[in-house]
Amino acid sequence: MLAHCDADELRPGDVVTVRCDVVMANDVSGPVAFRAMERMGATRVFDPDRVVMVADHFMPAKDAKSAELQQRLQRWSEAQGVSYYGQGRGGIEHTLLCEEGWITPGAVIAGGDSHTCTYGALGAFGTGLGSTDIASCLALGSFWQAVPETILVELTGRPAEYVTGKDVILAVLAEIGVGGGTNAVLEFAGPGAEALSVDERLAVANMAVEAGSEAGIFPADEKVAAYLEGRARREWRAERSDEDAEFRRRLAIELDGLEPLVALPHLPGNVVPVSAAAGVPVDQVYIGNCANGTMTDLRQAASILGGRRVHPRTRAIVVPATQAIWREAAAEGLLDAFVEAGAIVSTPTCGACFGGSNGALAAGETAVTTTNRNFRGRMGSPEAGVHLANAWVAAAAAVAGELVHPREIA
Amino acid sequence: MRVEGVALRVHGDDVDTDVMYPGAFLNVEDPEEMAPHLFEGFDPSLRERLANGTILVVDANFGIGSSREHVPLAMKANGIRGVVGRSFARIFFRNCVNLGLAIARCPEAVDAAGDGSRVVIDTEGAVEVDGTRYAAPAAPPFLLELGAAGGLVEWTASRVAR
Repeated sequence: MLAHCDADELRPGDVVTVRCDVVMANDVSGPVAFRAMERMGATRVFDPDRVVMVADHFMPAKDAKSAELQQRLQRWSEAQGVSYYGQGRGGIEHTLLCEEGWITPGAVIAGGDSHTCTYGALGAFGTGLGSTDIASCLALGSFWQAVPETILVELTGRPAEYVTGKDVILAVLAEIGVGGGTNAVLEFAGPGAEALSVDERLAVANMAVEAGSEAGIFPADEKVAAYLEGRARREWRAERSDEDAEFRRRLAIELDGLEPLVALPHLPGNVVPVSAAAGVPVDQVYIGNCANGTMTDLRQAASILGGRRVHPRTRAIVVPATQAIWREAAAEGLLDAFVEAGAIVSTPTCGACFGGSNGALAAGETAVTTTNRNFRGRMGSPEAGVHLANAWVAAAAAVAGELVHPREIA
Repeated sequence: MRVEGVALRVHGDDVDTDVMYPGAFLNVEDPEEMAPHLFEGFDPSLRERLANGTILVVDANFGIGSSREHVPLAMKANGIRGVVGRSFARIFFRNCVNLGLAIARCPEAVDAAGDGSRVVIDTEGAVEVDGTRYAAPAAPPFLLELGAAGGLVEWTASRVAR
């Protein structure tokens, strides 16, 4: 933050103005922001090269109203000369912006979506903001921010079998709860953080906001450098905390000791080991979203679903996160394996993750998903229950027709 | 600045922005079209109890989850003037401040207020419930500046004009 504001020194609680390297919004937050921007009297964005719009929430449009929102998003983007990712040309915003090189270590990204924190996987300060904040960012290129404290999450060891990024963040939520990270940034460090792949880090950083945090940041190490090679749109430099940095709190998580975890209805912090939740009958499985529709997730799912059948009482939906991932998964035979098993494969979309479309739940139904929220009504009926888990657990539930430890299937 | 209203008590910690404004209704951009969906997933009957000039009184960690501004926009369109709570989620708090919707952290005021209480939010650092004054943390100077301007739209407009 020091590099992006005019202060010489910062303390938690200080309110400063932070300059943006990227400002992003989507078909839900963009149009509301454009109205506010007009009322601000700003006719042009501060810098068209730093603004990106993505149509992904209602993709494709579920009704005339959502079609109008996307039309608005496209026309505004064209008029302003900013980058625009529309139908068939992009994907789910947070995976997409990483893939397209918009995100670099040390960058500040203001996003009109709470899961903008996902960019912390690449060592960036990505933070979610509401539409009026985004409008001000579009006009001025900056936002006000009370400097957060930091919670250090020290990861050691290597993930045990069937344990992956999602389980790490569920373990954090189990410990600090859905309010424990408010006004703080989660900083992931240690050999365990470096053992996670970039895809796994996306899954971890994606849910930092569920703890109340503005961001969840990983170190920019060799894995990040390799990911960004030939992809990054700007020069970058890695940042690390000072030796004598002060933290609000320290958590220590041993990856070897984790088992696959599940967040039970209706809070992301309501976490238990999968063995404690086993036996719950499952009506729908949903694999994919802004951080769990990567090749890693799809391969994990295919390792369970490949050569097996989705249980007769269960529906399964697979959502690759971007057009590029969709094609790569198709080339690898994964999509065919899913369809052969009796799952359906969707275009990249936010879709049912937020109850928009593409797989809503009826009253009394139970779902297992790789998404990031399971609030009451999040995926359709308020009388449905959503369990959050990793792609192995979700795929295993699809095969068994109930929640099981993946080793029971393999 | 003093914001007065009639209390509507909403019970429970961790009330999220999905229950307050479900995802299926995010297909609109006009606050007048958002108003009918406020509290839809939580308790639609609450809308009928919103007198013009309601102040919501809520518990801890209110407003978690999505950044959707549809929630405070629908609140304003329904005549809600302010929110008093034990604590707030960050993005929801920001959205209220930016939209000029008075918001105050005051656990003692939450304990004292019931449906129908007269509530006054004093942005200098207090909440009054039926005439009794309780201290609340003073807002940082920048937030007072935003409030005095009327919100982030007005504040930004004055900078754009320069």
